[in-house]
Amino acid sequence: MSGLPQTADYVRILPELVLSIFGIVVMLLEPLFDERRSQRTLASIALIGSLVAIMASVFQAQNPGFAFWNMVRVDGFSVFFHVLVTTIAAVVILTSYEYMSVQRIRAGEYYGLILFGTVGMCLMSSAVELVLIFIALEISSISTYILAGFRRREAASSEASLKYFLLGSFATAFFLYGVALMFGATGSTNIDKISPALEQSTVPPLAYLAVALMFVGLGFKVASAPFHIWTPDVYEGAPAPIVGFMSTAPKAAAFAVLLRILFEANAPGRFWLIWFSAVLSMCLGNLGALVQTNVKRLLAYSSIAHAGYLLVAFAAAPEVGVSAAMFYTAAYAAMNVGAFAVISHFANAGEKYVTLDDYAGLGRSSPVLAATLTIFLLSLIGIPATGGFFAKFYVFSAALKADLVGLTIIGVINSAVAAYYYLRIIVVMYMRESREEIPVRGIPLGLGTALVVSLAATIYLGVLPGRVLDYALASANQLMQTPASAAAATVNPGR
Amino acid sequence: MNIETLSPFVLSLITFVPAGGALLLVLFPRRDRDIRLFALVVSLLAFILSLHLPAHLVRSQPGFQFEVNSQWITSPNIHYHMGVDGFSLWLVLLTTFLTPLCVLISWRIHDRVKEFFVLLLVLETALIGVFTALDLFLFYFFWEATLIPMALLIGIFGHERRVYAAVKFFLFTMIASVFMLAAILWLYAKVGSFDFVTIQNAIRTGQVSNFAAASLWLFLGFFAAFAVKVPLFPLHTWLPDAHVEAPTAGSVLLAGVLLKMGTYGMLRFNLGLFPEQSRRNAPWIMALALMGIIYGALVAMVQPNLKKLIAYSSISHLGFVVLGIFSFTGAGWDGAMFVMLAHGISTGALFMLAGILHERRHTYAIREFGGLATPMPIYAALFLFMVLSSVGLPLLNGFVGEFLVLSGTFRAHPVYGILGATGVIWSACYLLWMYQRVFFGKVTQEANSTLEDLNLFERAALWPTIVMALLMGVAPLLWLGVIDPAVRNALEPLARVASKMVGQ
Repeated sequence: MSGLPQTADYVRILPELVLSIFGIVVMLLEPLFDERRSQRTLASIALIGSLVAIMASVFQAQNPGFAFWNMVRVDGFSVFFHVLVTTIAAVVILTSYEYMSVQRIRAGEYYGLILFGTVGMCLMSSAVELVLIFIALEISSISTYILAGFRRREAASSEASLKYFLLGSFATAFFLYGVALMFGATGSTNIDKISPALEQSTVPPLAYLAVALMFVGLGFKVASAPFHIWTPDVYEGAPAPIVGFMSTAPKAAAFAVLLRILFEANAPGRFWLIWFSAVLSMCLGNLGALVQTNVKRLLAYSSIAHAGYLLVAFAAAPEVGVSAAMFYTAAYAAMNVGAFAVISHFANAGEKYVTLDDYAGLGRSSPVLAATLTIFLLSLIGIPATGGFFAKFYVFSAALKADLVGLTIIGVINSAVAAYYYLRIIVVMYMRESREEIPVRGIPLGLGTALVVSLAATIYLGVLPGRVLDYALASANQLMQTPASAAAATVNPGR
Repeated sequence: MNIETLSPFVLSLITFVPAGGALLLVLFPRRDRDIRLFALVVSLLAFILSLHLPAHLVRSQPGFQFEVNSQWITSPNIHYHMGVDGFSLWLVLLTTFLTPLCVLISWRIHDRVKEFFVLLLVLETALIGVFTALDLFLFYFFWEATLIPMALLIGIFGHERRVYAAVKFFLFTMIASVFMLAAILWLYAKVGSFDFVTIQNAIRTGQVSNFAAASLWLFLGFFAAFAVKVPLFPLHTWLPDAHVEAPTAGSVLLAGVLLKMGTYGMLRFNLGLFPEQSRRNAPWIMALALMGIIYGALVAMVQPNLKKLIAYSSISHLGFVVLGIFSFTGAGWDGAMFVMLAHGISTGALFMLAGILHERRHTYAIREFGGLATPMPIYAALFLFMVLSSVGLPLLNGFVGEFLVLSGTFRAHPVYGILGATGVIWSACYLLWMYQRVFFGKVTQEANSTLEDLNLFERAALWPTIVMALLMGVAPLLWLGVIDPAVRNALEPLARVASKMVGQ
């Protein structure tokens, strides 16, 4: 395939195009508005952009195949993550409406950066060329580095941004190094070409090192141990809605990349890498969370633990493992974005109220907010009828199917331990009286919509998980097909 | 519309009417009176709907009735499968009967009224679901779902040490049910279905690979969850705390229905799925039950706290149920079921009575009272009635069940029967002695002389329990007529197991 890109090529990056155009529009319009009024207008434009991108992703599903000289592959898998990431962006923008005005942060580029970051994450999930994946990873990372430092008056926020940036650059360098070694080992940077090269009887030793280095880079992005050190500090300092965003969307995208590299390319020597990282993440994450008094830090450790549960699925057999991991990212996104939406509303100006003690008596002062947060926390524990339950259920049953009994037992014990610190928040909210009067504002429309969307998603995944799981299974099967048959199966009639 | 056509939906309706009511209640404006009334109407509606069950049950037909079975989730293979038989039917009715009374007795709650009744109705749905679910997954779902509203009821509306009690309750039962979940998942992995009937048939016909080696662990996995719930000695320590700190309605449902989840689970799942293991393990389980009967009674005797006394008496009474179940006799099982119902009514009523006293004096300490028969004659009369029913006076509900259990146990193990019978004497001791200290003699405390007797709502909550206690004592066949066919039906395959074991 050579020559100029054709219409079909552009259709296959349509969501990315839409997001980029809206992002540029936001940036261009920003100076034209009066500062005070700009906030809502720009947010609305960004919201529309992300909604159009969701529609574009759904539309894309009817047109699967390769684009841009086999660098991008649109399949059920990529569409799943496109929809997930753009939906997260939309919900986060909804949450930010109020947050930005309460925190007195005035900046149009905030919304622009969310959109640009989303472009990178979308591209990560559909790229099959390692160099393109690297570029997409950088687009998404640089946007999140800046977003983490958006509470410019707070030293903690700048610290978060700088820390995230320095360590993140290191991690992406590792990734790039891995890509280079992989090229040396197999002679290609395209996942579909690497895969047959690695299936030969003698795998070049260099490939093991390459996989390990790429895993380090991506492990940093998904905050899995032992590459998790940055997480608590960054989550504590960054603006709350952005924490909701970066604990879910870039993570989902990085997991998508990991799934593609590990499974589609059939990476050698992955098992023990994943096994150790999963066990470490679960144990360190949960132990760390037990002693936290800051809710944002607590959820940071919890997100490390959840990365661990997710990695358990990676150790399992391909098809069930991939589908379980996909389901988990979706369920985790729904409950975590929702939880951070509540936190960002309650935190008030300057994020004053983020400790566990501040949450005392929330059940009385704002029953709706408390009940919503309770449902998200119950889902994080993994109580039946919430998405979190089936997420864990599928992951652990995938692991059991692969006879990973030890890993499953460690996982189950960890999720029992985790119940303690999530429950602590619920107990504090309902069973302790607040010592000082903390003003709780009414819930504005934007935040309300964000909460309803994430609640509905959490409960839908918990009560009727069938459709999402079937879709994930189908796209996992599609992903596992050999590239040749996949290409044949997805021949585009338009070409 | 023909009333018969209701039968396929009636279980779903009974189960979800309270939850639907709770959902509407969430959207209600915060007008406390309307909220209470609405909760009462919803719980009464559920009760009326549940009356359909005994009215249309075909007694001669074995197995489950009013079944619904449809695919819920395809992967894993989970069905929405509900149904009742002679075991679960009356427990559903017990739940729907007690809930309106709980609403009435909670009429005076002023703080966070909306949350209270929402939680109460959600709890009712979960409790009914436990008794009607026939898919193990669905059962586990409802089982866990009872935990959250109950813990919140204790933790928000309870007394001084409520948070401690709520957390203890939650952790005890949650940790124990993880073992049950593990056993359920093992069965699913081998059978490929969560359906109770399918799994039961697979086990009976020996289609489950590796079952012989695993059955002891599976039995213990289920048993752990149920034994904590009952609670069986020595896993009972959460119960007195939870009861003392819980609000009255919470205690009523906790003692009246929640504990029966454990004994119902033993009857349905331990005996239904693992009859052989149940037989093998019966001796030590019966010994624990006996210890529970005697220990519970002795500790109840020395309690200075009225509510704690009733809580320990629950441990003692539930010991009878476990004893009856593991006696493997028809009379024992009939009796166990009957004690469950009778205990639900009389202990529920005793907790209501204790709550009424607490509302007036803000204490449960027995030494604070004395001579209450003078200022509160009606209250004292109703209290005496319930004490006698709990003691097991013939012609009241407590007698029938305990008699059957003891006769069944005596046939199985005479020594256990004799020891168990002492429990009846103990219960007479501690309950009557408590009654004497609280009600007879002179009014010793100034504050007690002006206590107000029962008000309208309290009477409305108590009279139905009195009528029921009498009715169950005079005409137990109304209940046993439904229970007995189910017992025979369940015992028949067990008899075969027994002869097989004897033959070994």
